[in-house]
Amino acid sequence: MKDIEVLIIGGGPAGLCAASAAASMGAKVLICERNQDLGGQLMIQTGKFFGNKHAGMRGFQIGAELLQEIAAYPQIEVWTGATVLGIYEDGVVTCLYQGEHQKIKPAKIIIATGASENFLSFPGNDLPGVYAAGAAETLVHAGVKPAERVLMVGAGNIGLTVSYQLKQSGVDVAAVIEVMPQIGGYLVHASKLQRCGIPIKTSMTIAEAYGNGKVEGAKIVKLDENRQVIPGSEEDIVCDAICLSVGLSPLAELCWLAGCKMACIRELGGCVPLVDQTMETTVSGVYAAGDVSGLEEATTAMLEGRLAGISAAAALGYKVDQAAEMQEACRRELKTLRSGPMSEKIRHGLEKMAAKRGAVVC
Amino acid sequence: MRIEEHPILKFDRGKKITFYYNGEKIEGYENETVAEALHAAGIRRLGYSPELHRPRGLFCAIGNCSSCFMTVNGEPNVRVCVLKCAEGMQVEEQQSKGVVKI
Ligand SMILES: Cc1cc2nc3c(=O)[nH]c(=O)nc-3n(C[C@H](O)[C@H](O)[C@H](O)COP(=O)(O)OP(=O)(O)OC[C@H]3O[C@@H](n4cnc5c(N)ncnc54)[C@H](O)[C@@H]3O)c2cc1C
Ligand code: FES
Repeated sequence: MKDIEVLIIGGGPAGLCAASAAASMGAKVLICERNQDLGGQLMIQTGKFFGNKHAGMRGFQIGAELLQEIAAYPQIEVWTGATVLGIYEDGVVTCLYQGEHQKIKPAKIIIATGASENFLSFPGNDLPGVYAAGAAETLVHAGVKPAERVLMVGAGNIGLTVSYQLKQSGVDVAAVIEVMPQIGGYLVHASKLQRCGIPIKTSMTIAEAYGNGKVEGAKIVKLDENRQVIPGSEEDIVCDAICLSVGLSPLAELCWLAGCKMACIRELGGCVPLVDQTMETTVSGVYAAGDVSGLEEATTAMLEGRLAGISAAAALGYKVDQAAEMQEACRRELKTLRSGPMSEKIRHGLEKMAAKRGAVVC
Repeated sequence: MRIEEHPILKFDRGKKITFYYNGEKIEGYENETVAEALHAAGIRRLGYSPELHRPRGLFCAIGNCSSCFMTVNGEPNVRVCVLKCAEGMQVEEQQSKGVVKI
């Protein structure tokens, strides 16, 4: 059994910021990350960030900075290739690491497991070559060309930015299709694509993927205002990959296992643990931060992680006198980031969370 | 196919590695996952679904969905999208649920 003060599950931007915040206050931290590399979804992003202190930096550059920060703290231990499997009633956490079933007894737990990309049902959706948009981005980041020509399904921010990345990597993007009558993502991203000559087709969806053993093309159809297929509107798209960017769902299984009170809040992406303004769930000593407690962006995930790290360390007795002010600073920054018109959905979701929790959330 | 030039990214692939796919020699790099190296070699089909035997490729590439299960050095159900290439590794397409040897 391994004893540790703060266990962080998931080494994405939220988990890394939680780790450095807790360590900076003096706590001993263990990060368990199931992938071989730390950094989560941030490492595959080549687009420039807007917003706070990271404005102008690219996602993977911010990730590299976080990794340096982590490496500077001797009291942070990192296990990679370590999948956390369970959280038990007596507070024991089990983890598959180096081929062994390890037991960990943490004083505080921060769940920062992120989210997974959604699938979509249509005939042929299981053909090799149907990828989550993030998977195509992961291949590009490793220097592997995901396809020669792709169809992107979904024109939210992820669909738009991944399409641009694919184009930059020499992949032809046949079209971006969107089921809604309007583009979901930021217009800056959409106009970049339009400048490259990539058509964005709204009120369209995928009817079928076809191919012999792998994707060779797709049929797309136009929808009317009631989202019914318009007869005769079918178009054939020749492509060797289809990328789905149709939303994400919080990876909250461990929160369920820990016994956290959960709620399905559409605006936050699905079932999420109810957290308070210190990021603590309804289970004392268990915190949740980042996409797992509500789908948002890397910038907010980092701040939530930081807030959770400060809260956990303070609850252990570290720098209690400074904690309140540090927490407040995080909350102020979060509020600023969430103040724009594009964050209306998130604000709404957080209000719902507060009402369900019966407490203030940040 | 690998991307050689990219306007923003630089690729640190590490050392060249040889491993085997259904007995066939494949070249990969130490910083690539098995799924990435196979993809670069033009191999997208990683196995078959256990019941209907439909071809399967990767989907999420972050170790979350189980779409990329292969048999690696005799061990079934390995997620090759999060497994780095290693010298001499034997990876095989999986046809069934596989049997775990204990
Ligand atoms: C394709 C794509 C493009 C995006 N582009 C942008 C963008 O341009 N700008 C932006 O601001 N945001 C973007 N986002 C959103 C942003 O990446 C996320 O909001 C952010 O990464 C969330 O951080 P996180 O730490 O909560 O989760 P993640 O980054 O998902 O990290 C979670 C980590 O937890 C690990 N994990 C999960 N389960 C376990 C377990 N059981 N045991 C151990 N480890 C586990 C995972 O392997 C992962 O490393 C994008 C997201 C995607 C999918
Ligand atoms: S592709 Fe999803 S687990 Fe490997």
